[in-house]
Amino acid sequence: MALNRRDFLKFSAGAGLMVTAGARPTQASPHGELSPEAVGILYDATLCIGCMSCMVNCKKANAEPGGALYHRETAGTIPYEYPENGDPIYDAPQRLSAHTLCMIKAYNGEEDGPVGKGSTFSFMKQHCLHCLEPACVSVCPVAALQKQPGTGIVTYNKDRCFGCRYCQIACPFGIPQYEWHKASPSVVKCQLCNHRYAQGRYSACCEACPTGASLFGKVKDLREEAKRRLTLKPGETYNYPVKRVDGNERTEQVVKKYVDHVYGMDEAGGTQYLFLAGVDFDKLGFNPRITNQVYPDFTWDYVSHVPALIATLLITGTVTRIATQKLGKKKNDAEKGDAA
Amino acid sequence: MQSNPNIKTWTPATIVMVALILLGSGVALYRMLYGLGAATNMNDGYPWGFWLGLDVLGGVAMAAGGFIIACAVYLFNWKKYRPIVRPAIMTAFLGYLMAVVAIFLDIGHPFRLPHPMFMWQYHSVMWVVAMHVIFYTTTLALEFSPMLLERLGWEKARKAVGKIMVGAVIFGVMLSTLHQSSLGAVFLIAPEKMSPLWWDTKLPFHFLVSAVAMGLAMVSFETMLSAKFLDHKVDKEIFYGLARGILIVLGFYLLLKLYQLFAVASPNMAFDGSVEGNMYLLEMLVGVLLPIALLSVKKYRTSVSMLFSINVLVIIGVILNRMNVCLFSMESYTTWHGAAYSPSWKEFIVSLGIISLGVFLYKMSAKHLPLFSH
Repeated sequence: MALNRRDFLKFSAGAGLMVTAGARPTQASPHGELSPEAVGILYDATLCIGCMSCMVNCKKANAEPGGALYHRETAGTIPYEYPENGDPIYDAPQRLSAHTLCMIKAYNGEEDGPVGKGSTFSFMKQHCLHCLEPACVSVCPVAALQKQPGTGIVTYNKDRCFGCRYCQIACPFGIPQYEWHKASPSVVKCQLCNHRYAQGRYSACCEACPTGASLFGKVKDLREEAKRRLTLKPGETYNYPVKRVDGNERTEQVVKKYVDHVYGMDEAGGTQYLFLAGVDFDKLGFNPRITNQVYPDFTWDYVSHVPALIATLLITGTVTRIATQKLGKKKNDAEKGDAA
Repeated sequence: MQSNPNIKTWTPATIVMVALILLGSGVALYRMLYGLGAATNMNDGYPWGFWLGLDVLGGVAMAAGGFIIACAVYLFNWKKYRPIVRPAIMTAFLGYLMAVVAIFLDIGHPFRLPHPMFMWQYHSVMWVVAMHVIFYTTTLALEFSPMLLERLGWEKARKAVGKIMVGAVIFGVMLSTLHQSSLGAVFLIAPEKMSPLWWDTKLPFHFLVSAVAMGLAMVSFETMLSAKFLDHKVDKEIFYGLARGILIVLGFYLLLKLYQLFAVASPNMAFDGSVEGNMYLLEMLVGVLLPIALLSVKKYRTSVSMLFSINVLVIIGVILNRMNVCLFSMESYTTWHGAAYSPSWKEFIVSLGIISLGVFLYKMSAKHLPLFSH
């Protein structure tokens, strides 16, 4: 994170008392800045058929060298998670974990109703949202988590990380997972298949998605695409792009009803993962208490006051010492005077 | 100078402490070999557990007495408290060392503990906290060194340290003030997880004020213990003075907490029977309301045995507060998230071992170092 002008002004602002360090969320920047080259994913739950190809392909691609699930000691194996009391046939993780970066879940509003029918059913896809202003990056004391300039991908360097797990506390979406079972553990999170771009490839979940539910592309294009879809009327047909927003593959589909909101446009200051759905987002695993506030500001409003506080406290301490010494001496002299 | 012959090394309490230290070391070794998952019940919903709440947050708050008493004596020139400067500094020094031991065991890669020193990321409160721990522990070592130098009879070095002592105290007061509040600031990043009963932009200030109350109570508590068990003769006026301090600080803290309850959260939240509400009430009752009520009565304020109980209440109350901020304030979020946590017996044993090590070292320094000479 570069120190921008706003940061600098706050950093050098001379705040006097401790009380003023009680940080207040600022209104200075409602959004993070989007780099024109930033890449991300648009997930459209109305297109998702729950085949979980994305999850399987994610594991395969990330178990390769450079991937977020790759470990030298387990090279060549894919960390599938089999059901506890069942045959090891399907990869069946229950939630994000040190072995699972990407997760498809289903929401069924009518418990007794038919699955997959009506406006109360939806799939949801969980993985790192690659915030424009990531809380995890701002709190990491050793800069193991970094936001890449250009692509905006939030990457993780396991050699820097010393394992304080502050990123897990900070992430509003509960994304970073920890390798609790290991003596030499790392944080595990989706890095948008950062290792595959050099090979001319892109996010594995989108490459494997047969319906276009997971769509890869530049965030500015994805934002346009998402907004365009919200203008469509249910029942119309629309030529949905598949795999990449800038690719040639298309599929014609009947438009279903959308909730009039693109999740990720503003949440937590904006994210590079965008989400469209036919069901309220509160029901799809997003904490309703997450606001549009830029997260790093919460702690920066405190940290930026620290230099001024150091100076204030040092000066106050010195002045107090000098003053009390003088007073003490005067008192002593007076007492001596009395005695004489 | 000689070791104090009035303090016996091997008493039943010491034997228990040493046993706990050995037991804790065994479990700590197990944690080093097999990892956090094998030794603790922490999980992705509760990445911070009992060690962080008790040993790190609680331990650092307990150590606050060091900077307060040093400030009172060296900066405010309140000579009355000179007899307890050394024990207070010793407690702070040991408290920080114990916290460092706990952090060492708690982080995923213990041997990368120095990483923040050369991998700077000054946007992070955690980095600020790490710097404070490093600098303040060093400062405390310097403030503590005269005791060791006197014992060794190194007069020249003793005098050299004496010359920079006031500077070290001013530096230490600054570091400690900021460190206590920075520990609260760590949690500012989680407004959507924590209950509004605790989360507020003024959390750093709450941490600082409660640490001052805790520090005063801790100094009073341990001075009473060392008067009884460690051959330390002190004037009762010191306890009365500390009690007045606790009353004033807790009164101010109560105002802060009430403002928080009414302006940020709402009183219903405390009384809705939820885990957060109940824990909040317990913390306030034990650590704030009861001590204030008792201290307001002059008869209790001037009774050393009553003050002992009040000190214990304040210490437990502030530890509860740290536990609440670290664990219970996120209860609804983590439950919604499908996570649960209760500390494993191994976590308890390690914590007990760390605390025992602190108390044991304090006793040994009372015997072998000029801790109570002034």
